[in-house]
Amino acid sequence: MSALEDAGRDPESSPAVVELSDVTFGYTSAPVVEDISLRIDAGEYVAVVGPNGSGKSTLMKLMLGLLHPDEGAASLFGESSRRFDDGARIGYVAQHASAAKEMPITVREVVKMGRFPHVGFGRLSAADWAIVDDALETVGMTAFADRRVTQLSGGQRQRAFIARALASEADLLVLDEPTVGVDVESVEAFYDLLASLNDDGITVLLIEHDLGAVTEHAERVVCLNREIYFDGPTAEFVESDALGRAFGTAASFLGGSR
Amino acid sequence: MNALVGGPLQAGPIDTALAPFYWFLTLWSQAMSWVAGATGLELLQYPFMHRAVLVGLCIGVMAPLIGTFLVHRQLALIGDALAHTAFAGVAVGLFLNAVLELSVSPYLTAVVVAMLSALLIELISEATDAYNDVSMAIVLSTGFALGTTLISINAGGLAVGVNQFLFGNLSTVSAENAAILLVLFGVIVTTVAVTRNQLLYVTFDETAAAVSGLSVTWYNRIMVMLTALVVVGAMQIMGVILVAAMLVVPVAGATQVSRSFTESLLVSVVLAELAVILGIGVAYYGEATAGGVIVLVAVAIYVAAVGIGRLQRRLGDDPALELDTIAADDGEATSD
Repeated sequence: MSALEDAGRDPESSPAVVELSDVTFGYTSAPVVEDISLRIDAGEYVAVVGPNGSGKSTLMKLMLGLLHPDEGAASLFGESSRRFDDGARIGYVAQHASAAKEMPITVREVVKMGRFPHVGFGRLSAADWAIVDDALETVGMTAFADRRVTQLSGGQRQRAFIARALASEADLLVLDEPTVGVDVESVEAFYDLLASLNDDGITVLLIEHDLGAVTEHAERVVCLNREIYFDGPTAEFVESDALGRAFGTAASFLGGSR
Repeated sequence: MNALVGGPLQAGPIDTALAPFYWFLTLWSQAMSWVAGATGLELLQYPFMHRAVLVGLCIGVMAPLIGTFLVHRQLALIGDALAHTAFAGVAVGLFLNAVLELSVSPYLTAVVVAMLSALLIELISEATDAYNDVSMAIVLSTGFALGTTLISINAGGLAVGVNQFLFGNLSTVSAENAAILLVLFGVIVTTVAVTRNQLLYVTFDETAAAVSGLSVTWYNRIMVMLTALVVVGAMQIMGVILVAAMLVVPVAGATQVSRSFTESLLVSVVLAELAVILGIGVAYYGEATAGGVIVLVAVAIYVAAVGIGRLQRRLGDDPALELDTIAADDGEATSD
């Protein structure tokens, strides 16, 4: 894997950030994902793609420990996902639409939540607030800190959620179709931000429907439709026929977009 | 009727446990009498009004406090469902009192039944992976059906006191029931104060909260149990049928005019207190049912809040601008 070589890491010595071994899972008796083996190492920028209903979200939940495999094993940072309890290490950014509640809450209050896993029932200390301010600055949202979230554009809102992950000092950033409903100009800036965070060593896992964004930004692509159809460098994915097999007729979409 | 409103005449274990609260009630009553003397307000001259005002003030804090979390989780109707099961609890209490010749406050049995129902609603939603309005409707009607059935079995004596539970009543807030409310108030406020971070995270972004390691299941259970307590506490004045309004209306008003979450909590409490105080006053002098008047005042305040919210938006200082109008305009933010 080229990403690993670039980072100069030996996969055997440091535990994988996420590892699935022969994982099968179904909400009913029919499996939604089947026989998935996948390893994501620190510092990678991976995109999971697949058509609607391909099990992308389910796979993401299995990787995050929100669901547990019926068969096989899942681990996070080297620990079984059932026992894993250091949630602060994972930052989760949901779809724009699902975060669009009409709740009155400021950007700073959202970012502050990143400190909750660290402070528990307590109050944020001055040091915690400093971390919150740094996170706001990193994503360029300092000027919007006291704005109500519902007042922001889609792109700004997603930045606020990334800041929350940074405030939590997460080293794995998981984004579930983050640019759905976000305007085109903001999307570019959003991916630039992800790339710069990845350069700083944060592992990025992108669950995406938009193939154009994936092929342009991710280093590695995992193509899913119940099973893994492809797992490798993005350049090879573009050349392969995995897309056609996984997506069926929708494949021509990629040719059209890039 | 007298048995229902009887104060701490018979010293049972419950009265012993409530002793410090009776002491507080005495102090409160003295303070209110002083206020009545100083201001000449007729409604503050009577001990039952002292208790009613205290209960009202507590409702004004605890209902929007819990309501804020419920409303933003789209769980506003849970309060209504639990109120109806609390009514079943009241009926159970009245029934047991009649059959076993006890004089337990029906609000205590209401607490127990509402808490069990809250847990039941939560377990159903965990099993089906969603809060669904069908199961909520079933719990609601089962509660109300059980209540009316138990009461009609013991018709005659019992039926007399039912109105006060359905519609609430300022004059029937006994010392015992006021003391029970103070206990509920303490439990609710303390629990929210301790778990505020977690409740906020789970309310705002359930998946991210779960990823961060919070037990969403447990916090959901805490939330519905607290709702059950609020509903029982507020029922004395608000009545079963209108109690849920206090969980929702002030919060909806606060949402219109607040910028931050903290601000919306404070504003919702202020709006609720305003509704309670004005409502009690109007109800007393107008000889109307307090619950109804309080809700009408709360709705009037809500309508005013919607107007103020619109005005704020028009003046550009606003909580809920159209998304596109400020999209990615960094320059504008600095002027704010």
